[in-house]
Amino acid sequence: MALEITQYLLAAQSPDAKIRTEAESSLGQFRDQNLPGFLLSLSVELSNDGKPTESRRLAGIVLKNSLDAKEIARKENLIQQWVSIDISIKSQIKSFILNTLGSSVSDACHTAAQVIAKIASIEIPRKEWPELIGLLLGNMTQPDIPASLKQATLETLGYVCEEISHHDLVQDEVNAILTAVVQGMNVTEQNPEVRLAATRALYNALDFAQTNFENEMERSYIMKVICDAALAKETEIRQAAFECLVSIVSTYYEVLEPYMQRIFELTSNAVKGDEEAVALQAVEFWSSICDEEMELQDYEVPENGDSSAPHSHFTEKALPTLVPMLLETLLKQDEDQDQDDGTWNLAMAGGTCLCLVARTVGDAVVPLVMPFVEANISNTDWRAREAATYAFGSILEGPSTEKLSPMVNAGLDFLLNAMKDANGHVKDTTAWTLSRIFELLHSPATGFSVITVANLQRILGTLLDSIKDAPHVAEKVCGAIYYIAQGYEDAGTSSSLLTPFLRDIITNLITTADRTDSSDSKLRSSAYETLNEVVRCSNLAETSQMIVELLPVIMSKLEQTSNLQIVSSDDREKQGDLQASLCGVLQVIIQKLSSADETKHIVLQAADQIMVLFLNVFACRSSTVHEEAMLAIGALAYATGPEFGKYMQEFYKYLEMGLQNFEEYQVCAISVGVVGDISRALDDKVLPYCDGIMTLLLKDLSSGELHRSVKPPIFSCFGDIALAIGEHFEKYIGYALPMMQSASEVCAQMDDNDEEMVDYGNQLRRSIFEAYSGILQGFKNSKADLMLPHAPHLLQFIELVANDQHRDESVTKAAVAVLGDLADALGSNIKTMFKDRTFFTELLGECLQSDDEQLKETATWTQGMIGRAFSVCG
Amino acid sequence: MATHELRRPFKRPAISDQQRRREISLQRQAQNRRDAQHQARCLASTILTLQPAQYEPAEPDLQLQSETELIPELEIESQEHRRDLRDIDDVRQASRLKGVEARQWFAKQLMLPEWMIDVPERLNTDWYVFARPAGKRCFVVSSNGTTISRLRNGSMLHRFPSALPSGARTSKSSHSGQSYCILDCIFHEPDQTYYVIDMVCWAGMSLYECTTEFRFFWLNSKLVETGACDAPSSYHKFRFSTVPIYNCDQEGLNAAYTGPVPYVKDGLLFCNKHAHYQSGNTPLILVWKDENCSQYVIDTDSKGQVPNKQQVVLELLFDGKLATSDDPPVIFGCLNEDFIQEV
Repeated sequence: MALEITQYLLAAQSPDAKIRTEAESSLGQFRDQNLPGFLLSLSVELSNDGKPTESRRLAGIVLKNSLDAKEIARKENLIQQWVSIDISIKSQIKSFILNTLGSSVSDACHTAAQVIAKIASIEIPRKEWPELIGLLLGNMTQPDIPASLKQATLETLGYVCEEISHHDLVQDEVNAILTAVVQGMNVTEQNPEVRLAATRALYNALDFAQTNFENEMERSYIMKVICDAALAKETEIRQAAFECLVSIVSTYYEVLEPYMQRIFELTSNAVKGDEEAVALQAVEFWSSICDEEMELQDYEVPENGDSSAPHSHFTEKALPTLVPMLLETLLKQDEDQDQDDGTWNLAMAGGTCLCLVARTVGDAVVPLVMPFVEANISNTDWRAREAATYAFGSILEGPSTEKLSPMVNAGLDFLLNAMKDANGHVKDTTAWTLSRIFELLHSPATGFSVITVANLQRILGTLLDSIKDAPHVAEKVCGAIYYIAQGYEDAGTSSSLLTPFLRDIITNLITTADRTDSSDSKLRSSAYETLNEVVRCSNLAETSQMIVELLPVIMSKLEQTSNLQIVSSDDREKQGDLQASLCGVLQVIIQKLSSADETKHIVLQAADQIMVLFLNVFACRSSTVHEEAMLAIGALAYATGPEFGKYMQEFYKYLEMGLQNFEEYQVCAISVGVVGDISRALDDKVLPYCDGIMTLLLKDLSSGELHRSVKPPIFSCFGDIALAIGEHFEKYIGYALPMMQSASEVCAQMDDNDEEMVDYGNQLRRSIFEAYSGILQGFKNSKADLMLPHAPHLLQFIELVANDQHRDESVTKAAVAVLGDLADALGSNIKTMFKDRTFFTELLGECLQSDDEQLKETATWTQGMIGRAFSVCG
Repeated sequence: MATHELRRPFKRPAISDQQRRREISLQRQAQNRRDAQHQARCLASTILTLQPAQYEPAEPDLQLQSETELIPELEIESQEHRRDLRDIDDVRQASRLKGVEARQWFAKQLMLPEWMIDVPERLNTDWYVFARPAGKRCFVVSSNGTTISRLRNGSMLHRFPSALPSGARTSKSSHSGQSYCILDCIFHEPDQTYYVIDMVCWAGMSLYECTTEFRFFWLNSKLVETGACDAPSSYHKFRFSTVPIYNCDQEGLNAAYTGPVPYVKDGLLFCNKHAHYQSGNTPLILVWKDENCSQYVIDTDSKGQVPNKQQVVLELLFDGKLATSDDPPVIFGCLNEDFIQEV
């Protein structure tokens, strides 16, 4: 039954696209016509040592992809296909792959290990491959097994453990697997390859080892073996052992206490003297400890002393030695680390960790770091100056403002001078530190800022000088300006302080965005994002003139993008990026100017031209719509109101395209939002487009491909459309209502232990209510009776939600509102439905006692609506 | 296992606010959606309050009120309601009231005159006078694209579109909740006109704390501007009109007393120029009636003959006082408790 497919597998990797496509289609045909035969052929190919490595590798990959996929629906489908294959063929396939583990070609072994794990993930929970574990363990215990087979077996065990839960096996099997792995890691293991494979297998099996970690003796033994491996002669084994320790921090933090002394010594020695790959993992260990402890602090419930997750304060206890250790790493910079984004070295890891330490312990870090800063910041060696600045910048988040502000006030002038340092790294880090200072210690709205009337001019003068520096410095200067602007948002009168400088700032940001000396687009997009923040946060009354002048400048830049020469896909991408930035700026300007009556007309006057530009941006692409342009169009529709109608005919096809974009779900979500904006802007004038829009929205809802986060906005959008077109929504009732009802049933069955699902469930509930509200209000005057048959289901859903403990306030508001809408629209018809129910009195009572004025107001209204419905005769 | 992928190298964060722009857009859209639905709910509820009277008797207090026309001053609402409504001292809130509450609130808000039984000091300098139109005294409230008139007892007379600010759902009127009006009017049946005799709120601005002089000035300058005095049209169902107001000198008095007006007169109203608008009876507004300026001085039968006996309808106030059911009532006696028990 197995066919010879080597030629096709090789051809499918040919550099010639034509040959490749043909081979792919032949393989695809084979798969579609005879899946069992296809998989069997692949396994034969993989297991045959006489075949080329390339065809064997691809055979393994195709096999793996025939068993598993990222996308859940597809994965389910693949599993079903596998399960339904004849058992004798499956046995053959499995035996070919298991045999491959003994191959002398390590590449084939490696691929086979992955395939075995995928089959195991399907079959072990179903108890359909009971002999697998025994077979694998046999490879480890029988005498005279070659090291390469042991190695492959350990790798397989690791992958299998990663795929399955320890509940899928009996405890004896679990223990036997871990025993085999841990034995392989032991110092007594002579073969370093086997020991490395065992250490990596343990890394994959850590979750699986849950029961064993609960047992102190077993746990201590595992920890001892890992710590021993962290001192192995081979760098790779040491690195793998530290990776195990890092992973253990997040999985088993609460049992680490007895081992911390030893681990501290190990990490400390590694950071000081080991190879960088190992030292990085040692630093990572402490970063992970901080992550865990910050999370514990975030969720600490003070009134409940015996919380189940104990906080061991490892960071705090290690502080006196940990901080000096990290400070030492800061001096190990690379010469060119600012040039390459991919760089990750010990100095960066150390700085990152120091930052986390500061956030974990707060004030206590300051006295340990400041002597280092003071001793090094004026050093003649740039490394010392940069390290000192980096250290200072790293501890700005965590410690109290009281603790930090004297230091920052005293050091600010020094830092401003350092922007003229001879060394680029020092300037880079100084600019970054300044941006951190303005991010964290400049908040006039809450009463504290290191920026004063006295020093603002000097600060901005320095920054606007330095924005002309090297691109990587300029980029961080943009960050500093960004946070200065942000701090003045909603800062009342003190926001006027920035106004006199804004013209200069805006000019400089545009010049910076136009720079051509940067290798990538990061500086440009930073400059535009900063411009956005400056516009967004400015005091409109004082800056409207500047913003009005900025509008045509940005418009003409956007116009020029369609003249860019596009030869390669790279050019197209660059054009898209630039258009994204400029559409972003336009969106911010539109939103800012339309927020006040005095300036709104500027947007209206320019709307025709702006719309032409957006349509040109859309026209630059054939299959996707530009996300930022879509976002900006939402803002424009909101600003123009009914006037937007004249753009609809041309815009509509792009809207359709956006609503069909399943892959880039953000684009789809934004398009759905724009439908809402347009519905509100056009009211019943949106009607001619509704058939098309509703069809696409319904398709989106039924799609298993579309990211689920887009679905709640679609329901809300139903409400927007219904409210806009009123009685004309009637024709969609037969389609929309069943969707809403089945979604509400999904809500009822949602797993409320999964925090993410609880969140999603709340969004979904709220959006379903919003859909009902829009429809009920839209039908109220003429077609309310249409909703009568659907009312009991809605009422039941409201009741269900009312009784839900996890319901959040926004859901409560929507539920109370829709309850009122129901009574409002259906009047006395609701009497029989409400008669036997009491939940709404409790719900209203709860809301009327709320501190939220909006909620109280809605509840009062709803109460009135229900009262009115009951007071009516008939 | 490349753990550094997890750690954003924090010295090099690219500033990208795209996600933030998305979120800000979403917030704006959510806010707009709330506003749109809120507006729909307000409009809907004002429509509902227009339900004809037969829908309303289920409210016991209203039923009582309509049957006890004789004792309009007797407070019959429950204590609870009174407390609630007393808290509403802001007109802004009042303009949003609906249904029963609106009725109860508006029932208390009209400024009511006392009988003129002597001549106030400085009449000729500090007072205005005008001929009062005969008809239904009411408050006219325009808000959220609709206009509602409410009678003295708070019950609704009309709901209609008008050219008053926020009085109709037309494209030019702003639908903002800020803009609403409350006018003190008399609805004159024969020419279906609302004669505006005072202005309480205009385009969201409260005139409660303003003097009569200012209110009348504002009334005369603003009302015409809106087109509310124009002939009825599809967005403007009833005509509004001002009344000619005179200073209380001899010439003014004469004009008010004898001058021709397009409406049926029902006495003269005297208003103190310095008075603020205040609810209930006040000596700063006085009413005068005689047979020359009002047809409602003496009862007549269907042939226009004056019968032998004049009927007087009396009100028994809860403290035992007896009053006429005139507008305003005149208290002329007091019954002792034993007598009341027997009745």
